[in-house]
Amino acid sequence: MSNPVDPILSIEGLTRRFTTGGGFLRAARSMTAVRAVDLRVARGDIVGIVGESGCGKSTFARLAMRLIEPSEGKILFEGRDVTHARGRSLRDLRKKLQMVFQDPYSSLDPRYTVRDCLEEPFRAVGEKVPAGRVETLLDLVGLARSFADTYPHQMSGGQRQRVGIARALAHQPDFIVLDEPTASLDVSIQAQIIALLQDLHARAGLTYLFISHDLGLVRYFCSRIMVMYLGSVVEVMEDPKAAPCHPYTAALMASSFSPDPKARAEIVPLEGEIPSPFNLPPGCPFAPRCPRALPRCQQELPQLTTATGNGRVACFNPIEP
Amino acid sequence: MLLDVKDLSLRIGAVNLLDRVSFSVDRGQVLGLVGESGSGKSLTAMALTGLVRRIGGIVTGGTITFDGQELTGLKESAYRKLRGKRIAFITQNPMSALDALKTIGDQVDQVSRLHLGLGRKAARAHTVDILTRLRIPDAATVAHAYPHQLSGGMKQRMVIAMALAADADLIVADEPTTALDVTVQAQIVMILADLVKKRDIGLILITHDMGVVAQICDQVCVLYAGRIAESGPVGQIMEAPRHPYSAALIGCIPRDDMAPGALKGIPGSVPSAADYGAECCRFASRCARADHRCTTLRPEMTPHGQALVACHHPLGSDLAGPRSSFLTPEGAHVQSR
Repeated sequence: MSNPVDPILSIEGLTRRFTTGGGFLRAARSMTAVRAVDLRVARGDIVGIVGESGCGKSTFARLAMRLIEPSEGKILFEGRDVTHARGRSLRDLRKKLQMVFQDPYSSLDPRYTVRDCLEEPFRAVGEKVPAGRVETLLDLVGLARSFADTYPHQMSGGQRQRVGIARALAHQPDFIVLDEPTASLDVSIQAQIIALLQDLHARAGLTYLFISHDLGLVRYFCSRIMVMYLGSVVEVMEDPKAAPCHPYTAALMASSFSPDPKARAEIVPLEGEIPSPFNLPPGCPFAPRCPRALPRCQQELPQLTTATGNGRVACFNPIEP
Repeated sequence: MLLDVKDLSLRIGAVNLLDRVSFSVDRGQVLGLVGESGSGKSLTAMALTGLVRRIGGIVTGGTITFDGQELTGLKESAYRKLRGKRIAFITQNPMSALDALKTIGDQVDQVSRLHLGLGRKAARAHTVDILTRLRIPDAATVAHAYPHQLSGGMKQRMVIAMALAADADLIVADEPTTALDVTVQAQIVMILADLVKKRDIGLILITHDMGVVAQICDQVCVLYAGRIAESGPVGQIMEAPRHPYSAALIGCIPRDDMAPGALKGIPGSVPSAADYGAECCRFASRCARADHRCTTLRPEMTPHGQALVACHHPLGSDLAGPRSSFLTPEGAHVQSR
């Protein structure tokens, strides 16, 4: 799967820098939120992007969605360069490429009923709402049709997120970016939403880019995994269930709590804090927290080129499988 | 026993929110209170800390005994001496638990000055000592920082520091890691588990994450819609849950050895408090094992192994089978109250 014949989404060297501050007698500071990320997504794939807050995963999702402009790099959707698409062609792209947002409490307009919210995607591009589409969408996400006339505040978090998913499905897209769609939900509701997404994936032939900080969930749900740390991809895993090779992936895995009380005491929490992205160390950004760091790691930035048998890793001292 | 809660019932307005909730926690122990949102976990925490009156809650029955002292009906002035000093509360959201206009040090100092009567300098030394023990690097400098200058994990550690500043005997932590990254969550949970052992205090950990429960709790109490579904030692509940709800909650944790589609979740959602039935199992509408008895008769807490289970058809009892027990004539008369 590393060289898909027909990638639906192909991203090359995508980079985004942000500049803050700057003014009278004060220099602007810049940070690289996403650094030279390559990604090819085959039709039907579920690619998971994992990392802690601030690792650039949400920025990457927004770049891929063309919600923010990249500083460098190229985005090809179905073979077409959409890096600088505007107007009409951007609207056409949005019909095929949709997004479900993290927080269902703030991504729905409190003054819109569910029906308004599901009709909005059509009005936004100046189309008539196909008859019965709202009902079909509600059926698709497992909400009763009576919900069409309720407001978001009358619904639970899980129900709102279902509306968020239904809205993303309105134009029958091929590709959905899911930005932590279950982060604010209870585990029981999270499981329901994941089951719904799996069902839609199978039925509607969708392709997903799934952003999450929960490696356990990503390993269950995704077909490939990309691990990010401070804007860079540190490991790509073609088999999500295989053992990790990058020490950071291993640390992430060790931090998730197993429901087995016998597996206690194996948790070695990762020490230290993420360095400030404005002031990155010259070498590997993970080196200050890494238990396997070599002197070389402090000096030189490892590239994502070392093959691991299960993908690639950006590390001078990867864990041997 | 450090804290013993027996048959605690509580209402707000005309709605009964907690219905005969019982649990206890001893020194050196971690009790996990688990359940989905709306199951009454946070309300239980507020009842223990006497804060529930502030939102109009009225204890209608049962007892809360803390270190031999009865807390239900305690006057606010007496509660004030306990709260923060002997019973500390760690809130869910560290971002809103801290005062944005005061430095971290001032906020932690406040606790030891008020409850331990320390002077300004002694209080700061105490604060720095606690922060150091929570593995905050360069604690003296961090004490001068304002909340917005710290990361989420650091802020949560500051809230924990405030809970520890007066040497509390019991800490009630209401979802202390929900807002945090997994790596930070692991740090915080390990810090809490370590404190319980080193300081020999009791910890009540409220969470909806069965993974966290499996890792640090000794006892577990599964709440559902204001009642206890199952309570007992963590080993038994995680490995062989008897209540279908506990089993379903454990089944909600994604694991990499699960077959695709195995993660189903629990159908439906927790009923709202206005729809709580009295003479029924409140989980019946979401339960695959439910039958007529579950909708007409309240299940009482019954011992199964080392756990207490409130279920007419507990798992692992399939030999008796739901149908045969349903047909037992005396079943309808057992303990209806």
